Amino acid sequence: MNELLKLLENDAKLTPDMLAAMLDKEVGDIKAMIDKYEKDGTIAGYNALIDWEKTDREYVTALIELKVTPQRELGFDRVAERIYNYPEVQSLYLMSGGFDLCVVIEGKTMREVALFVAEKLATMESVISTATHFVLRKYKDKGIIMKRGDIDIRRELSDGLQ
Amino acid sequence: MDYSKLLSKTVVDIKPSGIRKFFDLLNGRDDVISLTVGQPDFATPWHVRETGIISLERGYTYYTSNAGTVPLRNELAAYMKRRFNLKYDASSEIIVTVGGSEAIDLAIRATVEPGDEVIIPEPSFVCYEPITRLCGGVPVPVKTLPENDFKLTAEQLKAAITPKTKLLVLPYPNNPTGAVMTREELLPLCEVLKDTNIAVLSDEIYSELTYGGRHTSIATLPGMAERCIVVNGFSKAYAMTGWRLGFVCAPAPLTKPMLKIHQFAIMCAPTTSQLAAVEALKNGDNDIDMMRAEYDRRRKYIVEELNRIGIPCFEPRGAFYVFPDISGFGLSSEQFCEKLLDEGKVAIVPGTAFGAGGEGFARISYAYSVKHISEAIERIEKFIKTL
Repeated sequence: MNELLKLLENDAKLTPDMLAAMLDKEVGDIKAMIDKYEKDGTIAGYNALIDWEKTDREYVTALIELKVTPQRELGFDRVAERIYNYPEVQSLYLMSGGFDLCVVIEGKTMREVALFVAEKLATMESVISTATHFVLRKYKDKGIIMKRGDIDIRRELSDGLQ
Repeated sequence: MDYSKLLSKTVVDIKPSGIRKFFDLLNGRDDVISLTVGQPDFATPWHVRETGIISLERGYTYYTSNAGTVPLRNELAAYMKRRFNLKYDASSEIIVTVGGSEAIDLAIRATVEPGDEVIIPEPSFVCYEPITRLCGGVPVPVKTLPENDFKLTAEQLKAAITPKTKLLVLPYPNNPTGAVMTREELLPLCEVLKDTNIAVLSDEIYSELTYGGRHTSIATLPGMAERCIVVNGFSKAYAMTGWRLGFVCAPAPLTKPMLKIHQFAIMCAPTTSQLAAVEALKNGDNDIDMMRAEYDRRRKYIVEELNRIGIPCFEPRGAFYVFPDISGFGLSSEQFCEKLLDEGKVAIVPGTAFGAGGEGFARISYAYSVKHISEAIERIEKFIKTL
């Protein structure tokens, strides 16, 4: 039922009642499906997408390229697990191409992030090298463009006209 | 200055649009949730917008030929064949217009003379009647009925035809009812029309937005192409309302006089829009499918919700409107909508804005996010409990 998953991925606040009406299904069936997806991890979690630039919160995001030595039998999974367990790590991807792991870190300041890389990541024995890129601005995330609020341009254009 | 002596009496006598009146009431009312608009909430697909931008950067800022650029007309001919099995010659049977509205205006002005009758099934879009009047023609409204799912029947058509009938307007998929007419339902109309000299103005602007079956153009039915003026456009299918781009297809003896009016009144449709539209036709089929799927989900949601809260609602098969029956609340359509606006803080359009047969109904647009619709439904539910 990819359609259900796509709808939820796009808007997790859609209620089972809404989803049932939109997909021509029984509410009970929708609830059962969501339950199943949550249990088997297909739905791994729910987030609100926040544009922190609109707040006074101090934060900085960095993308870190890691080259690592894979471990015998465990491949990259072992080192990945050691990395993703840090709460500072927002995302972690195994990559093709010029480096192996892409780590997205959030911290209060650049210094805090730099220290984390220097002390926690660079010192891991399988890590060969690190390259840290700070994010200067987030334009779009998870399909959503950051700058816009919930405005209806149609109304803005037609208001005031006769 | 005595303006009353200056102005055309025909124009002065035309009533302003009833939809517009409700839009105006909305002005500056941020506390009101609107379900009134007749246009997609999607922005035009980016690849189409970008094509328009690039054309401006490259200096494509001149007039086009009156009927529209050759590449666009070629793409339109291919599109009409691909999507609706309609065959038109790009060089002589297609005119690119400023929206479907201009195409309707051309069709009526090219055919209707003072005293000629134009059959207009209602409820329907608001422009057919005033344009007919501007030509000195006589609008003959035919009230389509909820028990017929707001479709025009052969009996109704037959009864409306007189020796003065020039034109039948066929507005399906229909704004505001959401009704569509299938091939089987169109065939009896063709039987009535086939031995007459009546032309059909088939307004197919919502032809891409049908749910549960593809749109059938009456022009594809036996003996009909010769008398059909098919109006369509980019506004609804590709979410391009502000680009003001439509087109009209008809046999050359009909496009020729229309082109005459177009060249004197308009010259040509906006060049930027025409260039962007080629991109839409070439690479936009997926955009249509994506938007239609989203409208369809909202349609199902809003129909279910309205019925749940006790507002009976006919299941629309096309466009992006529902046309629920609000006659059970003891108010006229207009009173209901005004009260809902003042007290319930939701704006919808009374059915009477769309002519005969609209009393007792209201048009609700679902060209809004589900969140927006659900907030509005919540308010409507609260409001009707106070009645």
